[in-house]
Amino acid sequence: MTKPAPILDMNLALMAPEILIGIVAMLLLLLGAWRSAETRRELVGGLALLTLATCLIILWKEGMHWPTSTFNNQYVVDPFSGFMKILMLLATLLPLMISWDYLQQHNLDTPEFFVLTLFALLGGMMMASSGDFISLYLGLELMSLSIYVLAASRRDNALSNEAGLKYFVLGSVASGLLLYGISLLYGVTGSTQFVEIQRFLAGEGLEHSRMVINLGVTLVLAGLSFKVAAAPFHMWAPDVYEGAPTPVTAFMAAMPKVAAFSAFYRVFVEAFAPMHAYWSNVFQLVALLSLAVGAIAAIAQSNLKRMLAYSSIGHVGYILIGLVAGGDMGHQGVLVYLTIYVFMNIGAFGLILMLNKEGIGDNIEDFKGLGHKRPMLALLMAIFMFSMAGIPPLAGFIGKLYIFMAAVKAGYLALAIAGVIFSAIGAFYYIRVVKVIYFDQPREEAFQMPVGAMGGVAVAVCAALVLVWGVFPASLTSTVILTVSTFR
Amino acid sequence: MMASVASLVQSFAFYLFAGMAVLGAVLVVAARNPVHSVLSLVLTFFSTAGLFVLLGAEFMAAVLVMVYMGAVAMLFLFVVMLLDVDFDTLRQGAADHLPMGLAVGFAILVELVVIMAGIHPGEGAAHAAAVPVSNTMAIGKVLYTQYLYPFEAASLILLVAMIGAIGLTQRVRRDIRRQKVCEQIARRRDEAVELKEVAPGQGA
Repeated sequence: MTKPAPILDMNLALMAPEILIGIVAMLLLLLGAWRSAETRRELVGGLALLTLATCLIILWKEGMHWPTSTFNNQYVVDPFSGFMKILMLLATLLPLMISWDYLQQHNLDTPEFFVLTLFALLGGMMMASSGDFISLYLGLELMSLSIYVLAASRRDNALSNEAGLKYFVLGSVASGLLLYGISLLYGVTGSTQFVEIQRFLAGEGLEHSRMVINLGVTLVLAGLSFKVAAAPFHMWAPDVYEGAPTPVTAFMAAMPKVAAFSAFYRVFVEAFAPMHAYWSNVFQLVALLSLAVGAIAAIAQSNLKRMLAYSSIGHVGYILIGLVAGGDMGHQGVLVYLTIYVFMNIGAFGLILMLNKEGIGDNIEDFKGLGHKRPMLALLMAIFMFSMAGIPPLAGFIGKLYIFMAAVKAGYLALAIAGVIFSAIGAFYYIRVVKVIYFDQPREEAFQMPVGAMGGVAVAVCAALVLVWGVFPASLTSTVILTVSTFR
Repeated sequence: MMASVASLVQSFAFYLFAGMAVLGAVLVVAARNPVHSVLSLVLTFFSTAGLFVLLGAEFMAAVLVMVYMGAVAMLFLFVVMLLDVDFDTLRQGAADHLPMGLAVGFAILVELVVIMAGIHPGEGAAHAAAVPVSNTMAIGKVLYTQYLYPFEAASLILLVAMIGAIGLTQRVRRDIRRQKVCEQIARRRDEAVELKEVAPGQGA
């Protein structure tokens, strides 16, 4: 067993978007140090948006790349990574556009905000392209560390500080679990590369180390589940979502979820593929718990950000059903649901952000009578809420339909039935928001806030996509089918 | 005979270092004086470095001693001594959680012992290839070639940590006057000194 000589396998063209983002982030850091505070937001923020748009174009053209790898298999490019990266770029670009005015009003538009957002995105993209546990872990840490800081970025606010600290401490414990699992698996398989681990696990004569492998897989599962806030690893989510500044919450509810689900695919569908029978059992339990927590705990919430935190735990439960079901149908379901989830969530948080001003907070009660005073914004909010509830002509329904069909096809009938029941329970609290908006007595003076052009466009795009994908799902599913067909 | 003596010494050293590491870790939490906690942390780092030497990873041992004991632990000491934190109030209520913590810890310990008892070392492929170079050289050979990508990624993580630490703690105070060194150095004589002709008897 001789190891190949360490040659420098390096194809930087494959990682052009990542390199661009990394370099621009560092340049913006320098630029922010030199420019005066007045011109900073336009320049630093504008350049950040421009970079994201450029990367989108690059990936749009090159995203459906034939599977290939560089850096000795540590960095992988395939249609799946391309799809996930485009989704992550959009999940970064849209929240930044939505929060453009808000950042200035609340003195959050420091250069660090944009730089850390870019670094978080870079970490997420590294996760989507990882072919090795080391690169996966480093991407995860880069993303998480940036988001911990972003969550605490409103320094004079105790809730924001609490959010950052809580996320940091619990996230560190989760990283510890993940690393312990990785080291156990390395000890047994002798490799950190997904391809090698898969080959080893598919081999014969593993009876003696079965327990250790199971422990390693379980620890990796727990560590990654924390990042998507799947129950029972969800305790941090409501406090962090509520405490973090709303632009950060909008970003944090979307981009890291996409990154973590890419990691789920790289690790469980690629590396641990031979152990599907084992991990699918654990994921069934996690999915079921997430659905229950998401549906039941959200009912008691009076804060809209907190409610959406529980709702995102529930959405993660549905996506995990797709992961358990597997097969073409299941994988398509995961990608469809994840894509729709991203746009629904960004849209909903974007509206909270736009309506936020002194005296009008994040509480559901604060939105009383929105329908009378700002009918357009109320309509958009209703679209997002109905879509999250899974009401038919909207995209949220398509996502749930896909997931349930995949579950039934793969023989997980009980899981599909549980999903339907919990989505019926969950519909209650989404529709309650719509009721408050349209049927409750309006407040005395309220909702005079202007809507910025850029934010308005971004929310309108989210709403339009939710509508279009609901009516013509093929416009989304055709891309997803193409992505999954080369992903085996 | 020699071999058995050597392995005896080795296992004695292992249990010594491992025991000291655990003892140090317990003292970090249990010590009443925070300075003692930090010193116990140094003991833990040192024992861990000893374990690395036993594994034949002398580079890791050296890094642990230099970076963690030399730099990190000393910073901890500074912070503990400079900050006026009342650790006794921080620790209040910890005793209430002790039984639960012990129970969970014991459960995890039992699970791990059961699982680890099933390991048969050497079954997998995880053997260090017997290379005739020192492990410092071995790391140097792959760090900038095979592991260039993770290495660069790790440097970005450190950069983010630095941005975060500065961004979250730096306070820009506008209400105080700061020394402007450049202006002071650039000042010329004729800007600062003015000569006046004062007639005798008319001064002041």
